[in-house]
Amino acid sequence: MFAGLDPQGTALVLARMQFAFTVSFHFIFPAFSIGLASYLAVLEALWLKTGKELYLDLFRYWLKIFSVAFAMGVVSGLVMSYQFGTNWSVFSDKVGGVIGPLMAYEVLTAFFLEAGFLGVMLFGMNRVGRRLHFGATLMVAVGTFISAFWILSVNSWMQTPTGFEMSPDGRFLPGSSWAAIIFNPSFPYRLVHTVIAAYLTTAFVVGAVGAWHLLKDRANLHARKMFSMAMWMAALVAPVQIFVGDAHGLNTLEHQPAKVMAMEGHYQSHPDGAPLYLFGIPDDKNQRLDYAIAIPKASSLILKHDLNAPLAGLDTVAPDKRPPVWIVFWSFRIMVGLGFLMLGLGLWSLIARMRKRLYDWPMLHRLALLMGPSGFVAVIAGWVTTEVGRQPYTVYGLLTTADSVSPIAAPAVAASLAAFVVVYFAVFGIGTWYILHLMKDAPHPHEPALEEEERAPIRSAGITPAQHMDAQADGAAS
Amino acid sequence: MIDLTTIWALIIAFAVLMYVVMDGFDLGIGILFPWFDEGAERDQAMNAIAPVWDGNETWLVLGGGGLLAAFPLAYAIILPATYPLITAMMLGLVFRGVAFEFRWRDPRHRAFWDMAFFAGSLVAALAQGVTLGALLQGIHVEGRAYAGGWLDWLSPYSLLTGAGVVAGYALLGACWLAIKVEGSAEDKAFRFAKLAAFGTLALMAAVSLATPFLAHQYFQRWFTEPMIFWLAPVPLVTAAFAVALLRALHKRQPVRPFLYALGLFLLGMIGLGVSMWPWVVPQSISIWDAAAPERSQVFMLIGVGLIMPLILGYTGWAYWVFRGKVGTHGYH
Ligand code: HDD
Ligand code: HEM
Ligand code: HEM
Repeated sequence: MFAGLDPQGTALVLARMQFAFTVSFHFIFPAFSIGLASYLAVLEALWLKTGKELYLDLFRYWLKIFSVAFAMGVVSGLVMSYQFGTNWSVFSDKVGGVIGPLMAYEVLTAFFLEAGFLGVMLFGMNRVGRRLHFGATLMVAVGTFISAFWILSVNSWMQTPTGFEMSPDGRFLPGSSWAAIIFNPSFPYRLVHTVIAAYLTTAFVVGAVGAWHLLKDRANLHARKMFSMAMWMAALVAPVQIFVGDAHGLNTLEHQPAKVMAMEGHYQSHPDGAPLYLFGIPDDKNQRLDYAIAIPKASSLILKHDLNAPLAGLDTVAPDKRPPVWIVFWSFRIMVGLGFLMLGLGLWSLIARMRKRLYDWPMLHRLALLMGPSGFVAVIAGWVTTEVGRQPYTVYGLLTTADSVSPIAAPAVAASLAAFVVVYFAVFGIGTWYILHLMKDAPHPHEPALEEEERAPIRSAGITPAQHMDAQADGAAS
Repeated sequence: MIDLTTIWALIIAFAVLMYVVMDGFDLGIGILFPWFDEGAERDQAMNAIAPVWDGNETWLVLGGGGLLAAFPLAYAIILPATYPLITAMMLGLVFRGVAFEFRWRDPRHRAFWDMAFFAGSLVAALAQGVTLGALLQGIHVEGRAYAGGWLDWLSPYSLLTGAGVVAGYALLGACWLAIKVEGSAEDKAFRFAKLAAFGTLALMAAVSLATPFLAHQYFQRWFTEPMIFWLAPVPLVTAAFAVALLRALHKRQPVRPFLYALGLFLLGMIGLGVSMWPWVVPQSISIWDAAAPERSQVFMLIGVGLIMPLILGYTGWAYWVFRGKVGTHGYH
């Protein structure tokens, strides 16, 4: 893939690497904060409803973690919004009229909402009162969802473009209905699948933190509560995700069959029932799957609900229109494998609940701890499947990646890529370490609020330097 | 005739102005940060912006996203032309953005994150100022694409505008702090505001003198009849604001210096508009060349019309919630 490239080709590969690197890093944070914002809203609602301090303690515990994760999501997202111009300027010129407005709506309806209410959510509890504060938490949670809505609409439109017209000079123009653009055929599936993925990601993180503290102290009520909540999510939502993922796959088969061929490792067509390859080593050069382990006809059963249905393979696709199978085949298996593992853990937790052993079954807790990062891995694997599987196009079937790239010299792209790699690993690595550090402390009664923490001596703004603010609004930015 | 494209040019100009003043004061605080003492002074300075910085920065996302949506061709030409600047700005913003959280999480490395906050703010401000200069001095365009090298933006003129923006942001930051902080930090804020005011005014004057000689169009715009009569008030009003600013600082009035500094930025923006109109990429791409299809403009205009008042409303509310002095109380 990298060999024998002309200079423009090198710049293209570097630009793709830069996009993949920065967006993967970016997505790690939203995947967590979309779920965590909702979890925080639930915790605060439970506190308001029941008046139990336990929920407030948990809220404050996770709020500290949220504030760090959110900041990293924001700054890495900022980078994304300029990257379309720096590295994909031809794409921006051609497609800007269609996707630009959707991204502008994302800023207007989501980013401002999150940012406007974030300060109040983090530091304002004692300044605005409980109900308004809960309102602010809700707005932040809603904002994260709206953000996912628009950006996934954009991405889905690039996968399954509808509702546009072409100008004579090859630019995409919006057609008469924006709904046709926004609600393009793959969007509902992608939205549901990705938002559930974010919830699962958060659930497994929360579950792992709960499990860790249960392993150290089974009696910790806070750890029990969060572990239990997380395991309900796993047990109830993981099966839904598998079902949605299956539906998503069928939709992809309809609109992007070559992607599914790569996911399934189907180099050859199977006129009378295609096998499901569980394992194999894709060999793009010779177009075959080595060391394959297969279940006969199972792929036809899953994709067509008929054992003997014929399925076309990559041999029906022009060689220069085939996505790289190796990456897609494996990333898809990682995601699906993790999905079933999540389901397994969820089922185990149900059994433990029935046997009243949810809080004292160390093996269960160890597995939950191990599965803490599984959501992140599954989410990235899922995106890699989606994005690599649509190659060689940016706008599927209409605009190739090679025709999208900016006229920038390779050294400039290489330098900026190197800078991003170094800075991201350093900065986000340290941030992740801080988050782990926060998780290491057990949640406990009278969890200090962000604005009261010792480490954060003073907190934002007060109308007066009044005494009563001391204990409340004068902490500092966590 | 006011057409849709003109309205969009005004909206983008509005977003840029909002960004410049709002993130301007919080980048400015970053630029001044090392000169505040560790402990109470720095903590106050940080807390003066902690609840609002994310919202301030969102205007930058709107500026970029809005440009892509309303003038995709301009977005597709300006960003590649200023590639290293944009990259530097982004990395600067990464450092300063995380510093808000990290400095509280890790007291042992607080000095490091304070430096990151300073350096990130400085780099971002400088990159924005140089980008402005690069745009004004002209960009080499062929067909629908940038056709220059990757260091074309670098010139004495663009460095001058870069320095001007840094000084201007420092001025805004110091004036904001004069409102929000107390004690020794407040004294410093007034001192720095005065220094920054002199710097800003000198650099504004230098940029204003240099710009008309960059291109024939700018000269004609400003110095030929009848425009010269229409435009004469701009420098005069600017001078009046400058005097008022210096006097307010001298008298240590709390809120006024910030308002006068805002006035200066507004006038700078008007001057910029006069010079550039109707080009987005001076001398080569007009706003109509770059405009998005009409359907895109209409669709977004509905959104802006409905949602922008809401945004301004709740942003105002958030500022109101955290109004007043930050306070030095609250040490545990
Ligand atoms: C708004 C659109 C959008 C969104 C939400 C995403 N991407 Fe994407 N992605 C693109 C728009 C795009 C693109 C601009 O269209 C790229 C650049 C080159 C290409 O082929 O598509 C791309 C490429 C691209 C590649 C390189 C593929 C290749 O070169 O073979 C990877 C691995 C990803 N993306 C991964 C992701 C991940 C992990 C995302 C999750 C957040 C993601 N993308 C979201
Ligand atoms: C290329 C694609 C993307 C771009 C250009 C982008 C852009 C951005 C920007 C600019 C921000 C910062 C907003 C602020 O200032 O508050 C941000 C944050 C965010 N983005 Fe993205 N984004 C992309 C992909 C995604 C995807 C795929 C999702 C979710 C499905 C997503 C969800 C979010 C959320 C929830 C936030 C809020 C911050 C956080 O939760 O960490 N983004 N994004
Ligand atoms: C075992 C069950 C699963 C199946 C059958 C499945 C199926 C799929 C398919 C077919 C795609 C590609 C869609 C396309 O672009 O054409 C996809 C993408 C994706 N998957 Fe899954 N998935 C499963 C589990 C999971 C889990 C557990 C997660 C995360 C927790 C996850 C996260 C994602 C994400 C983030 C994407 C990219 C966005 C999208 O296209 O929806 N998936 N999945």
